[in-house]
Amino acid sequence: MAEEEMKLFRSWSSPFGMRVVHALKIKGLQYETILEDLSNKSASLLNYNPIHKKIPVFVHNGNPICESLVILEYIDETWTQSPLLPQDPYAKSTARFWAKFGDDKVMPSIWSVFTSQGDAREEAIVQAKTNLEFLEEEIKGKKFFGGEAIGYVDLAFGWMANLIGILEEIIDLKLVDAEKFPFLSAWMSNFYDDPAIKEFWPNRDRMVEKFKAMRELHLNKVA
Amino acid sequence: MASDEVKLLGAWPSPYVLRARIALNIKRVNYEFLEEKFGTKSDLLLKSNPVHKKIPVLIHGENPIAESLIIVQYIDEFWASGPQILPSDPYNRAVARFWAAYIDDKWYPNARAILMADEGEAKKAALQGAIEGLNLLEDAFLKCSNGGKFFGGDKIGYLDIALGGFLGWIRVIERMGDVTLIGNCPNLLKWGENFAGDDSVKDVLPETEKLFEVAKFIVAKTKASAKH
Repeated sequence: MAEEEMKLFRSWSSPFGMRVVHALKIKGLQYETILEDLSNKSASLLNYNPIHKKIPVFVHNGNPICESLVILEYIDETWTQSPLLPQDPYAKSTARFWAKFGDDKVMPSIWSVFTSQGDAREEAIVQAKTNLEFLEEEIKGKKFFGGEAIGYVDLAFGWMANLIGILEEIIDLKLVDAEKFPFLSAWMSNFYDDPAIKEFWPNRDRMVEKFKAMRELHLNKVA
Repeated sequence: MASDEVKLLGAWPSPYVLRARIALNIKRVNYEFLEEKFGTKSDLLLKSNPVHKKIPVLIHGENPIAESLIIVQYIDEFWASGPQILPSDPYNRAVARFWAAYIDDKWYPNARAILMADEGEAKKAALQGAIEGLNLLEDAFLKCSNGGKFFGGDKIGYLDIALGGFLGWIRVIERMGDVTLIGNCPNLLKWGENFAGDDSVKDVLPETEKLFEVAKFIVAKTKASAKH
């Protein structure tokens, strides 16, 4: 029987790396973690991901897979226990749609709110809330986006469960308030506390420090 | 469900719509092509893609599917008995998905900027980026094709469709921008010819001349609105 060699290159805080960590936990897989210092990337990382030079990279028996959502699909197709994506082609396409919406629209719109000021921030808030309303509609009546169990879409949006609260604290602004977004708020709570997820959250104080610094840097660049 | 109606909301110049049409052709699926009028969005489009309000949208029975690469994968998975579009091996699938995402997220924005950017540094940078990207895709082609005519090997696959959707636009950009893109990549150049001539492509690939006219109009319009 061949030894399954699995490595995950990631950083301590990246939500994209965290998606893969969560997926591997759900699948019950053992692997080696290489924590990268993104200001000083390892030769291995640059060798495995020469195009983007980014984490996460998942290496399986010497084969590197890059881009977190591509990695998730690879993991789901290779190890079929605890499926992340539904079997039905239409349900699968819907899951892929929401995950892409998350990365292309939701994440940038939240980031815009976090890094802007004044009128620009007001505009950014409108856009972000429009996006959040779509998510609220999608999660309505479900415990997880995947139904009863955490799935691909939950993992794609997992970053919201810990990061939204941190960003809100730093700028003293509530974006996902429980009154306007009851289902989304409940989902964030359920996901955050899930036993497969909870043990991996990065240190909160360290995250606050990091994101405060990122915001400063961004505001100074624009000024 | 297999006998349910298939409709595709689209527009003939769109590279994204072209991807969906090629995939449907590969699977020999009969569908109704509903052409959106340029500059307007039909009620059906707004209803079936309320999030993005964009084409293409595949409507299969009651089910709308949006985002071209998601549509292509849906077509591959629903009509599973037809010729396979994605490779069967998970690692090769991951490689194909990686490059398709690269084309959409990194490569095409650069190529498009060649036309939209003003002359000077911005245009130079866009051109440089687009050329480097094509060189990477030329390498990827050699690795994926395994000696075959296509990224998918002997027949058109996912990555062929992903890049092939842009083939007409690549030719338009070369002509309008007075630059050489695919012309400097011998394998991709040959690939382009094979792709264009394939049965599932040749009847739906827009004529470069017609695309050129549309491009002139779009570029002028985009540049004009950018100035306001």
